[in-house]
Amino acid sequence: MRIGLVCPYTWDVPGGVQQHVGDLAEALMDLGHEVSVLTPCDSETELPAHIVPAGRAIPVPYNGSVARLAFGFRAAARVRRWIHEGGFDVLHVHEPAAPSLSLLACWVADGPIVATFHTSNPRSRAMAVSAAALRTALEKINGRIAVSEAARKTLVEHLGGDAVLIPNGVAVRRYENARPLEGWPGDGGAIGFLGRMDEPRKGLPVLLEAFETLGRRRPGLRLLVAGPGDAAEVRERVSAELRDRVVLLGRVDEADKIRAYHSVDVFCAPNLGGESFGIVLTEAMSAGAPIVASDIPAFRSVLREGAAGELFAVGDPMDLVRAVESLLDDPERRVALSGAARAAVRAYDWASVAGDVVGVYETVLAGVAATGAVPAAHGEGE
Amino acid sequence: MIPGVLSDWLTPLIALFALVVLFSFYISWRATRLDRLHTRVETAHAALDAALLRRSAVVLELASASELEPASSVLLADAAGQARRAEEQGRRELAESNLSRALRAVVEEPGFAGGMSDAAAQGGGGVTAGPIVPAGTSGEAPPAELLAEVESAAKRVHIARRFYNDAVAATREARSSRLVRVLRLAGRAPMPDFFEMDDEPPVFPPWG
Repeated sequence: MRIGLVCPYTWDVPGGVQQHVGDLAEALMDLGHEVSVLTPCDSETELPAHIVPAGRAIPVPYNGSVARLAFGFRAAARVRRWIHEGGFDVLHVHEPAAPSLSLLACWVADGPIVATFHTSNPRSRAMAVSAAALRTALEKINGRIAVSEAARKTLVEHLGGDAVLIPNGVAVRRYENARPLEGWPGDGGAIGFLGRMDEPRKGLPVLLEAFETLGRRRPGLRLLVAGPGDAAEVRERVSAELRDRVVLLGRVDEADKIRAYHSVDVFCAPNLGGESFGIVLTEAMSAGAPIVASDIPAFRSVLREGAAGELFAVGDPMDLVRAVESLLDDPERRVALSGAARAAVRAYDWASVAGDVVGVYETVLAGVAATGAVPAAHGEGE
Repeated sequence: MIPGVLSDWLTPLIALFALVVLFSFYISWRATRLDRLHTRVETAHAALDAALLRRSAVVLELASASELEPASSVLLADAAGQARRAEEQGRRELAESNLSRALRAVVEEPGFAGGMSDAAAQGGGGVTAGPIVPAGTSGEAPPAELLAEVESAAKRVHIARRFYNDAVAATREARSSRLVRVLRLAGRAPMPDFFEMDDEPPVFPPWG
């Protein structure tokens, strides 16, 4: 299948949508499809062959902040030319409600169009305000995908209609192998945590309380915490005698984050609830870290009812102590859990997510095949 | 006849009385002037308000013009909508500045004029797929006229704000004098604030 992907945001700035489009493109190519990605791109950066730059994105006020977007008739002409030359079987636009390339693609193209909606901001009034301007262009979309339940709700509220839910994939390959951080995990054992330190729902206080017991029972045990937040305030909550065994990395970059997953004997996800999917958990699973996680429905399901990671009672530090100790004392069980986690996370890998997306393409194509429509840019090809 | 002794102390009294009368005339003149300045500020504010409302209205009309491509439409509709809803002064200045910036970004984008006239020539501009919308059925102003309106509305905002800030400056200057402050000549009228915003009108490409 020849697939044309359109990304509305500039490629040289990292962001969730860009990452999604890049990962999806690679996964689709791995499945044997031909893929071309059209995206705004500022600099003359070296791009892989399948990424087609559509010119500079212009900073412009939008929805209460300044966004870098590609708009205007010239951008529309570039989209038209790309569709004309691409000869795609299906056009897949991302975030078509944003005033950028994706919306322009819907405007200039005729034929099978699939759209993925990423935004999940119920307070955003931008979509509501411009709904009328959007409606005509968005009417041409044959199949709509939402990446989360929240994104689906936002879409339904502002534009009506419905969408199928296909979550973000995990780039398992990116997490599989990494060198542990210098000096980790160490002989005494190490526990890891990743997430905002100052957000109680992420459950760091539960883990810190458990460490008061764990740290005293096990003299060499250390705790590695990565994520943004007030480090001094966290350190304050740890007893003085244990303080030098709690290492706070603060905000880390992508590479160090991956290394952090590989630096611990047990990875802990003590969330108190609210996680719809648990991206941190799936990343840790991809890295093959033995996992101890709260028994919340989302985690229970990702961890295959406890087969791919040890579950403990939500918000219960003593049960967390039990779970961590059972793993620290049993290296064989850690190896078994690591393997089970790596196997279980395959279901969330981009390869399988891309398979679901292809399923959407095929459904849409089956419909248009009956009517004989082919994707084409209307107007002259320039 | 006034006895000499009486006139001795009456003359300075008359002089003092004359001084008091003169001074009160002066005070009343200052107060009237201040009042006139406040009225000028109010009038200028009303004019600025009208200019801003008019600008957001014509920008919304441009946003819904079928000739415009949808990304620019959404940008303009969003900026104009935010400007309309921003009620308090601080937020309004920001929202109106954002509208100026969005309008410049859209209008000054190379290809804007050509695209609009091509689309107008095609009548409907391919906004809708399938059957071509015949020209003239939308009942909207032709783009050349609409663009001229947007241009004049943007310039009028620039002018109205200049006049308003000028009136505010004169009033603040007049109110800063010690006499006005000590005698409270301004009464309870609030001190007028400058309206700070980016009001640079877009440079419209030659229309052809």
